[in-house]
Amino acid sequence: MAEKQEAYEDIPGTYVFDARRSRQGYHLNMFCMSMMTAEGRTAFKENESAYLDRFPMTPEQKKAILERNWDEMLRLGGNIYYTSKLAATDGLTFQNIAAIMTGSTQEDYAKMMLAGGRPPEGNRSKDEWKNKKNG
Amino acid sequence: MARIIAGVATSHVPAIGAAVDRKATQDAYWKPLFDGYEPSKKWLAEMKPDVVILVYNDHASAFSLEVIPTFALGCAAEFPIADEGWGPRPVPKVIGDPDLAWHIAQSTILDEFDITIVNKMAVDHGLTVPLSLLCGEPQEWPFKVVPLCVNVIQYPPPTGHRCYMLGKAIRKAVESFDKDLRVVVFGTGGMSHQLQSGRAGFINKEFDKRFLDAMAPHPEELVKIDPLTYLREAGSEGIELVMWLVMRGALDDDAKEVYRFYRVPASNTACGHMILENPRR
Repeated sequence: MAEKQEAYEDIPGTYVFDARRSRQGYHLNMFCMSMMTAEGRTAFKENESAYLDRFPMTPEQKKAILERNWDEMLRLGGNIYYTSKLAATDGLTFQNIAAIMTGSTQEDYAKMMLAGGRPPEGNRSKDEWKNKKNG
Repeated sequence: MARIIAGVATSHVPAIGAAVDRKATQDAYWKPLFDGYEPSKKWLAEMKPDVVILVYNDHASAFSLEVIPTFALGCAAEFPIADEGWGPRPVPKVIGDPDLAWHIAQSTILDEFDITIVNKMAVDHGLTVPLSLLCGEPQEWPFKVVPLCVNVIQYPPPTGHRCYMLGKAIRKAVESFDKDLRVVVFGTGGMSHQLQSGRAGFINKEFDKRFLDAMAPHPEELVKIDPLTYLREAGSEGIELVMWLVMRGALDDDAKEVYRFYRVPASNTACGHMILENPRR
């Protein structure tokens, strides 16, 4: 059956965690879930690559985790509430990884939020992003 | 007879809990936000609820992708505080009200809402941050809590209309509980925000203002907002606002707005807060 192009795919810079992504990212997200315990965090930090082999992820997914490519993890089915557990293990906050995912410095991102955040104007549809840099 | 006397809507940003826990509420960044909740703390202390029904979403703490209940009602006698990756928040454990919770479960299921009954559940910042905002840092929480978890992480979450109708079923359940209880309903989450990918930091003040303006007088307009509109206009995590509509549905049609607070930013989020009172309390 052909994959239906959902209307929400038109929202720029956004991965809606739908059935397809949930299935694709199941093991990646369950790995992140294992960062909820001190035992899991310790075992992962001792040997990241070996620990990841406990989860049947694709090589691409493992690579994204090892490189801490936060946006790529989402593209490959990760969900932000799961990947944020890995971020917490690294001592990073939601705001830290948000800055990284938007290609911004921590300082610039924090400034943007203090100034009222990323406005809806120009950020509603992919068309609006085509000819400009986001934000 | 138990009765619902009021409703509280509030964001549940984890950084707010972290600010409380590391005693940073008087820092320049956080003070205006916590000042905004001072009147609400006084108000809630005066209302003296026996029970709070707290509508929130679990953030992959008690539940994972293994089991994804759309509506899960906490029926346990107590709920431990979840370790969300940085150790559990140093707040009191949450005491439940199994008699009322089981009654609500039975009543709403017979009312054709397919509630998941949960007897063991750690509660995360989605539940504890609203308690911290409205109660400060007490030795123990001043009321029992019936947690209602709504899935808003796996798409699609329940519609705003379904949440609103569940609120009405909860009200019916509470009013048929034969014990004198003063009940306040919390609807938490939102307002506009996006935590993920290239559009992170998205805030829509106009959307939020329209939402706040309609809460008391025109909830029937808010229940028409479809998932795509939430995602596009309120940010991918702003869809949490459907949980406010459970609270609104549980109140009287002519409930009155008695307090409102709105501030950008709280970390990545537009922090919104409102208190609604039922006319007959």
